[in-house]
Amino acid sequence: MNKLRLFFASRKSWTLPYLIFSVVFVVIPLLLIVVYAFTDEAGNLTLANFSKFFAHPEAVNTFVYSIGIAILTTVGCILLGYPAAWILSRSSSGYSKTLIMLFILPMWVNILVRTLATVALFDFARLPLGEGALIFGMIYNFIPFMIYPIYDTLQKMDKSYIEAAQDLGASSAQVFWKVVLPLSMPGIISGVMMVFMPTISTFAIAELLTMNNIKLFGTTIQENINNSLWNYGAALSLIMLFLIAATSVFNTDGNDNSKRGGEPW
Amino acid sequence: MVKKILMQTYLWILLVLLYAPILIIVVFSFTEAKVLGNWTGFSLNLYKSLMNTGAHHSLMNAFVNTIAIALIAATVSTLLGSVAAIGIFNLRARGRKAMGFVNTIPILNGDIITGVSLFLLFVSLGITQGFTTVVLAHITFCTPYVVLSVMPRLKQMNPNLYEAALDLGATPMQALWKVIVPEIRPGMISGFLLALTISIDDFAVTVFTIGNQGLETLSTYIYADARKGGLTPELRPLSAIIFVVILVLLIIINRRAGKVKR
Repeated sequence: MNKLRLFFASRKSWTLPYLIFSVVFVVIPLLLIVVYAFTDEAGNLTLANFSKFFAHPEAVNTFVYSIGIAILTTVGCILLGYPAAWILSRSSSGYSKTLIMLFILPMWVNILVRTLATVALFDFARLPLGEGALIFGMIYNFIPFMIYPIYDTLQKMDKSYIEAAQDLGASSAQVFWKVVLPLSMPGIISGVMMVFMPTISTFAIAELLTMNNIKLFGTTIQENINNSLWNYGAALSLIMLFLIAATSVFNTDGNDNSKRGGEPW
Repeated sequence: MVKKILMQTYLWILLVLLYAPILIIVVFSFTEAKVLGNWTGFSLNLYKSLMNTGAHHSLMNAFVNTIAIALIAATVSTLLGSVAAIGIFNLRARGRKAMGFVNTIPILNGDIITGVSLFLLFVSLGITQGFTTVVLAHITFCTPYVVLSVMPRLKQMNPNLYEAALDLGATPMQALWKVIVPEIRPGMISGFLLALTISIDDFAVTVFTIGNQGLETLSTYIYADARKGGLTPELRPLSAIIFVVILVLLIIINRRAGKVKR
């Protein structure tokens, strides 16, 4: 009893409202996905939702295709974003701060408006809508999320490492591959997390950019939920959740190797 | 020198590409054509008909809903998240880690999982979906960002300050208001702004929790509109206005931050 009173007097107890909120709105809903995924409409335990997924080549294909698009988008963001982050990190600080703001600013426009504007841009330039437009639109939507974390790590990087490598006779290519790139890995990894995950789970954007010709996995989930196929939709969500969990495990492994970054916890 | 020019050119080409679609929207907000990309001469008619609430009542309605949801969700999550951050900060290592993990779940999950899971929650509780459920859903994915922006402030704070205030006779409440809150205020403000942005921009979670009572936000309005084929022309001036307002706000915030540092 005394312990309880002490707990409520201390500031530890301030965690309670958020803890309760999280249990109700984060933990229980996630458990509900699992429950719905393994039951049928009558509430009986079943694996039918999963066998339905694997029996439908269309759904599996959409899944694999979405992963492919997400990988292409992520790689595209790294290839285009890394040089930008690197150039920014070497510019004077006032100038680079303004430019970084300019890179983030488009994010403040509603994602659907941005996507429709991309469609307009393609129309305007008389380019066909399709796979090309889809990948352009995805990279366009997510590249700021790649540039910012890489820029952040590059800027915090100790420049004397580069000088030391140069003094020891490394060529500029060697300096980049052996020093700069490994040291900026934490930034790349958090960029990958911020691009890959949202790309996989986007919906509606792909349809708008391809005139309904290409569907991504997010749309498949939404359609099933919309058509009241809650159990099947939950099973598809669970499959996506596994993919997300797998990617985040990869991410935390990367973080453990680089304890230097300011971990919030 | 050549290398430097090339590097800067690369940055500016990227920026031009990033801004091209927005520029197109702003430019074509000053013409009357129904289809985006047709130029039928300069006109302010789209702005006029946007302000004329009778004609585009549903669009303005969606806009007002979006702002109301964002303001409520951001305010509640700033309060909830700041209190939680102070609590988590005072936990022992293991509790901190556990809460940190719970806090990152909504960030990692992706919109669609958050949306589906909350949809299932409301459905199984038999709650009619509408304004309240959307606000609750937005609080769910906004609060983690508030916690993440308040936390570093608490870490930077001198832990003795709070104790000193207590020793000098302040009640815990006074110590909170006079010592802790001023220290974490910048984190709370940036958390609030971040929450506001992601709430306004959200589409996926909103779609799953908005129900079918006719409630619309800007995102769902645009989505329904695009499905019907083509945008309501008035969306162009509205997007242009939102963009300019945000631009001005960001510049003001940035200037203030710069002044404080100096």
